[in-house]
Amino acid sequence: MMKDNNVIQVENLSKLFGDFAAVNQISFQVKAGEIFGFLGANGAGKTTAMKMLIGISSPTSGKATVAGFDVYKETESIKKNIGYMSQKFALYDDLTVKENITFFGGIYGLSKKQIDQKRCELVEELGLQEVTKSLVASLPLGWKQKLAFSVSLLHEPKIVFLDEPTGGVDPITRRQFWEMIYKAAHNGTTIFVTTHYMDEAEYCDRVSIMVNGKIEALDTPKKLKEHYKTDTMNHVFLKLARG
Amino acid sequence: MKIILYIIKKEFKQIFRNKGMLPIIFILPVLQLVILSNAATYEIKNIQFGYVDADNSSISRGLIEQFESSTYFNVSEKFPSEKEASQAMQEGTIDAYLNIPTHFERDLQKDKTKDIGVFIDAIDGSAAGVINVYITQIIQNYNKNIVADLIQVSDAVQKPKNIDSIPLFWYNQTLNYKTFMVPGILVLLVTMITLFLSGMNIVREKEIGTLEQINVTPIKKHHFIIGKLFPFWVLGLGLLTIGLILAKVIFNVPMIGNLGLLYVYTAVYILVILGIGLFISNFTDTQQQAMFIAWFFVVIFILMSGLFTPIESMPKWAQILTEFNPVKYFVEIIRMVMLKGSSFNDVFPLAIKTLVYAIVMNGLAVWSYKKTL
Repeated sequence: MMKDNNVIQVENLSKLFGDFAAVNQISFQVKAGEIFGFLGANGAGKTTAMKMLIGISSPTSGKATVAGFDVYKETESIKKNIGYMSQKFALYDDLTVKENITFFGGIYGLSKKQIDQKRCELVEELGLQEVTKSLVASLPLGWKQKLAFSVSLLHEPKIVFLDEPTGGVDPITRRQFWEMIYKAAHNGTTIFVTTHYMDEAEYCDRVSIMVNGKIEALDTPKKLKEHYKTDTMNHVFLKLARG
Repeated sequence: MKIILYIIKKEFKQIFRNKGMLPIIFILPVLQLVILSNAATYEIKNIQFGYVDADNSSISRGLIEQFESSTYFNVSEKFPSEKEASQAMQEGTIDAYLNIPTHFERDLQKDKTKDIGVFIDAIDGSAAGVINVYITQIIQNYNKNIVADLIQVSDAVQKPKNIDSIPLFWYNQTLNYKTFMVPGILVLLVTMITLFLSGMNIVREKEIGTLEQINVTPIKKHHFIIGKLFPFWVLGLGLLTIGLILAKVIFNVPMIGNLGLLYVYTAVYILVILGIGLFISNFTDTQQQAMFIAWFFVVIFILMSGLFTPIESMPKWAQILTEFNPVKYFVEIIRMVMLKGSSFNDVFPLAIKTLVYAIVMNGLAVWSYKKTL
């Protein structure tokens, strides 16, 4: 069964900047099809850890594989199997919706036919029919984020990494965004997501909480709440993050 | 290959959609070519010229008339004494003045020789040298006439035997400085525009965060770089074309050599510049930094290219440094091909150096471009 396969395996992974350990010997596994919440205060090392997993930053020590590929030597193979959406909006503002989709589909090596098909699906699903020829710069932030997420799924990656995807987005759009995440997970995509919204943490299958470069807790939201004897993830987070 | 095409398409769309950038790419260079080619001249004209004539004789007045009839001199003022003249020089209202002493005519007729004072503002040493030559020529010509007049009077002196040199000016018969400068300035423009655009392009994607997005795709480094730089390579050749047309239409600069040869060479040359641009953008985080570094190189490249000052007169160490200056090669070759009609064999040694430079520079650029930090 796919469910039992670990698509991300991390063992004692560290990243040092000089003497400072931004990520300090973290270990965890993420199962295929799981929605894995990667929580932590600002500066706890979430983004650094994520950058190592997506192959744009080399770890200092430790072991990790993503989609079965080594994060030291097989970064380009990892990249074929993952999607990524950063907290910094990363589509091209000066290209239209259609051009962005075509470009990213193109550099992932999709055929023209595939790109056209994907684009039609995506535009219809997001209700962007009216704006396919508008520059992305002219879209509201919520639309942009949904578009960026859909673009990161174009090449049907096994795992998609979302770095604070809903930052600055209104509650309704956040809700819709999570519906998209559920849908992708339902289709078998593993979701690795960082967030600062504790209500979003509740939506995850499992949650890890990073404090000062270390993972201090890792379990389902339900068990974490039981363990810390509280009824919201917010309290769990505050207890851990304050130390 | 298909992936490269996607990138190229995207780059062209972005370039032509950027309404702020388009005029910078096309109109500014045209203006620069027209303005600089007319302004950057070695010819010294309109020399502000004053004099002190203490003699006020027919010979001294005749000498001043020679200056007045010269197109190089603007005879501005007769000063009552040397004090006023040197004051004017101090204030910068005159570039040179002549001090004709009292009894100039009398002593010249009596002793056949007489000194006059020439004073030249020499802050710009080379200009002062040229002014000195002009003045000396005028005085000597006039002096010959004086001698001739005296000969008629006295009849006794032997005619001087002169050795005359008759210069033949090759390749630029009319000594038109524009013919010399326009190709060089064209090189400068092609270099500046392609260097700045390529240097800032990738850094710009770093700044807005799209480069990170590109780096998490499985795209190959060289695909990305070729796709990124190709549009600027095309732009550079486009600029050359516009420049050559202007050179012909406005300045009537001849194109004696093979146009194809010039294009093939330029195609290689632009690769060098794009390699440098990419190299810069790999080591900078903001467009501002990239711009400053690009400027640093552009200024050195231009001043050490032989465009304005001959490389032969630079000190030895500077001459060695110019070997690393791609602009020097292009300036030399464009002048050779356009003005002398040099063939492939003539430019071969320089072209090979340029090619090696292109390979090394792009190798370094691709090597230093890191998808992983």
